[in-house]
Amino acid sequence: MATRHSAEYRDRHLVQELSSRIRRLSRRPLRIMEVCGTHTVSIFRHGIRSLLPETITLLSGPGCPVCVTDTAEIDAAIELARRPGVVIATFGDLLRVPGSRSSLERERAAGCEVRIVYSALDAVALARQTPGREVVFLGIGFETTAPTVAAAVLAARQAGLGNFSVLCLHKTVPPALAALTAAGDLRIDAFLLPGHVSVVIGRRAYLPFFERTRLPCAIAGFEPVDILQAVAALVAQAETERPQVENVYRRAVAEEGNPAAQRVLAAVFEPADARWRGIGVIPASGLEIREAYAAFDASRRFPLELAPAPEPRGCSCGEILTARKTPPECPLYGIRCTPSDPVGPCMVSSEGTCAAYFRYHDASAGG
Amino acid sequence: MDPADKILLDHGSGGRIAHRLLRDLLLPAFDNPALAELNDGAILEVEGSRLAFSTDSYTVDPIFFPGGDIGDLAVNGTVNDLAMCGARPLALSAAFILEEGFPLEDFRRILGTMARAAREAGVAIVTGDTKVVPRGAADRVFINTSGIGLIPPGVRVASHRARPGDRILLSGSLADHGVSVLAGREGLAFQTTVQSDTAPLHRMVAAMLAAGGEAVHVLRDPTRGGLGTALNEIAESSGVGVLIHEETIPLKPEVAGLCELLGFDPLYLANEGKLVAFVHPEAAEAVLAAVRADPAGRDAAWIGEALAAPAGRVVMQTRIGGRRIVDMLSGEQFPRIC
Repeated sequence: MATRHSAEYRDRHLVQELSSRIRRLSRRPLRIMEVCGTHTVSIFRHGIRSLLPETITLLSGPGCPVCVTDTAEIDAAIELARRPGVVIATFGDLLRVPGSRSSLERERAAGCEVRIVYSALDAVALARQTPGREVVFLGIGFETTAPTVAAAVLAARQAGLGNFSVLCLHKTVPPALAALTAAGDLRIDAFLLPGHVSVVIGRRAYLPFFERTRLPCAIAGFEPVDILQAVAALVAQAETERPQVENVYRRAVAEEGNPAAQRVLAAVFEPADARWRGIGVIPASGLEIREAYAAFDASRRFPLELAPAPEPRGCSCGEILTARKTPPECPLYGIRCTPSDPVGPCMVSSEGTCAAYFRYHDASAGG
Repeated sequence: MDPADKILLDHGSGGRIAHRLLRDLLLPAFDNPALAELNDGAILEVEGSRLAFSTDSYTVDPIFFPGGDIGDLAVNGTVNDLAMCGARPLALSAAFILEEGFPLEDFRRILGTMARAAREAGVAIVTGDTKVVPRGAADRVFINTSGIGLIPPGVRVASHRARPGDRILLSGSLADHGVSVLAGREGLAFQTTVQSDTAPLHRMVAAMLAAGGEAVHVLRDPTRGGLGTALNEIAESSGVGVLIHEETIPLKPEVAGLCELLGFDPLYLANEGKLVAFVHPEAAEAVLAAVRADPAGRDAAWIGEALAAPAGRVVMQTRIGGRRIVDMLSGEQFPRIC
């Protein structure tokens, strides 16, 4: 199965060639963290692990937006959903994420209005069509999604909409990388950096992080050839002990990123501390709606009690997101926690490490 | 089960959680050997003849989608469930639950579609029922159809009959119906030329059985839950492993494109006019020729084979030469965030 536009990035011969090059180059063990959930899924879906030598371990990082959404944030969304007159508009991934006691999917079954939308602008359109209702969009995602949400806020203001707001749960990638490497007991030797996020923020955004850690980094696209090229680049950097931030996704990522998207982001949002599920609070790693757009900020419109919520007992999502455990090392994995009945968020999203492991991984298949 | 538990939409998705509902609630409640076979229809011995009996209810949003409407699905779906038992459809019933306020014009249009589909399938709708419920108690129109069919002597297809060495045939391109419905759904502003593949398959099946006889071991139409779920069900009931080859699976470029965009896996999207067959290698070429002779089977292809191990699992050799597990659908697929 292939699409025409991506055929060359899924070329079997090119893939085999890269796979052999990696096998030839790789001497020392290398633990590579793929930061982005889309990479995780692509790696599993194409069976890429089965093409790598034993020296290379791929670990999934905190780059699945659903997985790092804090339990208390889900609880807040549920509390909003229960208020009369409120319609929650959300990306589908978030529906099944368990809060402390419920999920949006269960609330929908109980009669709350929860609508799946495909973009924040769909939620603005919904607000326009239902003037008597309060439409709250759950703003989740990294630098990739956040500009579209910022654009929706600008559109809502221009249209003079009084019934649209965003519960802003956005997070940003570079501060999370810094936090991951600042904690002691680091078990990561190299980073496969996200493609889509880098399109927005540019290669340059990683330089401060790199200067501090001097760990091999490569920005990668999402097709098998992209990912293997980046792995080959990381292996070469590690073997020659010449680390850098290498842009292996030049067809999409510019040095400076996308200035238009950065401007929209900066107009609507400002950095704020954010709590990452399983990791804790990371300074300046979240986005908050600026005072000037307070009318579109759901947390200001509907004051919420955000009680800190404990992680589910036994759930190892935090350790998994920071490469301290693999999914099968979690006591709940595959037993109490499965994609149809998830306990932790890593099992929920199609991009979650545990869900991807559960769906695609099998030792006997060499995956 | 927690007494506070409620039915979720996922219970109807055709994947793992729907299976659990079947196993924990429905099978124990109705416990009998014909049901326990879990084929697309029940097979009943009646005075020396074997009858296939099947029922299905249809709800779809939107009701009218590119390439068809709920009426086509209701007729073809049940015709196909009978065909997957190896049966020749004899007669159908149709029952309607209509919401107060549903436009008569739409109802007339759906009836017209059903009449045409039944005519094309060569099977009559011989009995039926209509109920109307207050506004809000149903969503516009729900249709149930049931059907009976006659299984010719010597035909023995069942989901537990796959054997190691069987070749696996898919009768055409994957996920067309799933994508056409997604694209027709409110709020998804995609223009697409993909049409639903809804079509009756009983003539194709009759030709396959004429060509292959008992060498046709398993027939299944991969509707809800898609090809991935159907193959898992067959692997489980037959106790065989299944290996499929990604590059051999027919997939239209526009279907692949929309799936990539939304993060959907076409292996789990619905098909309404496709079948998957497990065939003993000796009859493979004859069966393929029979399928390709049918207008709905022109793009048919061999996509894999049954193996002795890993029993009960489905593995895919990916296009790039890697390997991965294909699990059953676990929960309705949602569009991803980024």
